[in-house]
Amino acid sequence: MNNLIASTAIKARQLTEEEIHEIEHEKTHYPYTQAVGLEALKIVQKYQGWVSDESLLAVSEYLDIAPDELEGVATFFNMIFRRPVGKNVILLCDSVACWMLGCDNLKQHISNTLGIDYGETTKDGLFTLIPVPCLGACDKAPVMMVGRETYTNLSTNKIDQIIAHIRDGSPVELDN
Amino acid sequence: MATDKPLTKNIEIGRAPFNFKQYEAAGGYESVRKVVTMAPGDVVNLVKDAGLGGRGGAGFNTGLKWSFVPAPDGGPRYLVINGDEMEPGTFKDRLLIEHDPHLLIEGMITTCFALQAQTGYIFLRGEYTVCEERLLTAIKEAYDNGMLGKNILGSGFDLDIYLHTSAGRYICGEETALINALEGKRANPRAKPPFPQVSGLWGRPTVVNNVETICNIPGIVNNGVKWYQGLGLGDFVGTRISGVSGRVKNPGCWEVPVGITFRQLLEDYAGGMQDGYELKAFLPGGGSTDFLMPEHLDLPMDPGAVQKAGSRLGTSLIMVLDDKTCPVGCIRNLIKFFAHESCGWCTPCRDGLPWTEQMLNKLEDGTGSLKDIEILKEMTGYMGIGNTFCALAPGAMEPLQSGLKYFIDEFEAHVEYGCSYSRQ
Ligand SMILES: Cc1cc2nc3c(=O)[nH]c(=O)nc-3n(C[C@H](O)[C@H](O)[C@H](O)COP(=O)(O)O)c2cc1C
Ligand code: SF4
Ligand code: FES
Repeated sequence: MNNLIASTAIKARQLTEEEIHEIEHEKTHYPYTQAVGLEALKIVQKYQGWVSDESLLAVSEYLDIAPDELEGVATFFNMIFRRPVGKNVILLCDSVACWMLGCDNLKQHISNTLGIDYGETTKDGLFTLIPVPCLGACDKAPVMMVGRETYTNLSTNKIDQIIAHIRDGSPVELDN
Repeated sequence: MATDKPLTKNIEIGRAPFNFKQYEAAGGYESVRKVVTMAPGDVVNLVKDAGLGGRGGAGFNTGLKWSFVPAPDGGPRYLVINGDEMEPGTFKDRLLIEHDPHLLIEGMITTCFALQAQTGYIFLRGEYTVCEERLLTAIKEAYDNGMLGKNILGSGFDLDIYLHTSAGRYICGEETALINALEGKRANPRAKPPFPQVSGLWGRPTVVNNVETICNIPGIVNNGVKWYQGLGLGDFVGTRISGVSGRVKNPGCWEVPVGITFRQLLEDYAGGMQDGYELKAFLPGGGSTDFLMPEHLDLPMDPGAVQKAGSRLGTSLIMVLDDKTCPVGCIRNLIKFFAHESCGWCTPCRDGLPWTEQMLNKLEDGTGSLKDIEILKEMTGYMGIGNTFCALAPGAMEPLQSGLKYFIDEFEAHVEYGCSYSRQ
């Protein structure tokens, strides 16, 4: 489970100014810096796409939290990516309401269309597919998120449209 | 001019939520003006007398819970809003926050005054990005208009509210795990006692309440106990957000009087089953509640009544199992979720849930045995209440144990024929 920093040769990278600025802002919300650990990892992930060993060490040094303690937090949360992911992370809900309404078929469709299974990234680095527990939109199942956007009442047709829009960089507009 | 829909009166799906001005014009923040003239203890008693039960699942009397907070000693005290909403089949807090974020903030201010807490955190599920944006805007507006910050309305009361967004882990919804997460630790639950009201966030008095619970507070403060109690049917008190998912004509959630029956919710609100599907069973309040059967449809949606029938009202968002969906497959899906979300702290849950999942996989694949069904039954005991460190594993056992009771024929048929339901 603990995949961290097998080599002592890995060094912390420099946090960017934006990252530091946002982490400092979060610090004002809590009386102790340890509380900012997860927020800092999320900030780093927002800018870097994922949390590399170098990033984790950087946050650890910046907030003075032991690396293995911070790794314990990083690996605990589903949405902290400790491996590289594609530019667009597709989170497909596989919980009960979505399962009843056919998310297994949608998973198959996405896998066939993009040539990736759960946990994999397309060769062009554009998409990663990950299952996610109930997204709290069960009345509009099946549901998925891509990045920060939530898409509901999915069909294979709708998924094709979403993927096509993301591929050609146009805003996602859906016919149905 | 008291409304009978205090939680959703400002909600209109499809239009943007009220900004501060619109919200105030609609009677918003009235409870803050009122509460600062009251003694904090009187507010606690008012909520206790109203009989509001927590909406996070357990249903404990909210005012009573508040009354366990010790008298102020000059040190920090906290209110933490539980907006982690990850229980499969639950989608009510999303509605409240997305469509009326100021109601939650008003409820928090009023509650913090009652508790004499000077800091409030909203612990929000990270995937709720629209909620996040709307809350940040609403919090800023509340500061800009003097409802948050120093010396609110000249009362001498100070309050800061911060939004914390999580990163996806169901156990964070358990209130002591949530406190650990907020402190920046791995979110394993803590032993109780001490209860958070006495020693919670950073060892200080802390109340953790669900989003919907706190959205009830402004109405109670403004309109009083009698009004609140009159909202329910018969002897039941208040309203709550209830809803339906699964193969019904009109899935969704609505504010309903407490005490309506499951049948009313299912037929009058959700439009009944989709054509070609029949109701086989339903989970009354999320993935960690026991199945109920069609013969239970005329029960009132009240925690006590549902408990008598052998289940829990939980989050009061019901999920219907139709006759064309495999009950074993449905339970397997739920167990897979709980196995994935186990925090790993105690052995029965960490090891027992994946093992349970494997046996259900075997049954679905047609390689299971009658012995596996026996072991599944034993599992519901090993992971029952009192045998694990927190309520996650016992919750996971609820759909399984009731499934084994109501659908034992189908479990046994899986041994002989595998799963005979067509995959949609
Ligand atoms: C595994 C687990 C998950 C929970 N998830 C949530 C949740 O997402 N939201 C919530 O309000 N309560 C959740 N609860 C219940 C909380 O522990 C707590 O009882 C509740 O937040 C108290 O608020 P209330 O008194 O207003 O209901 C969960 C409990 C357990 C055991
Ligand atoms: S029951 Fe499960 S979730 Fe709860 S403490 Fe034990 S391992 Fe963690
Ligand atoms: S089960 Fe998919 S959104 Fe709830």
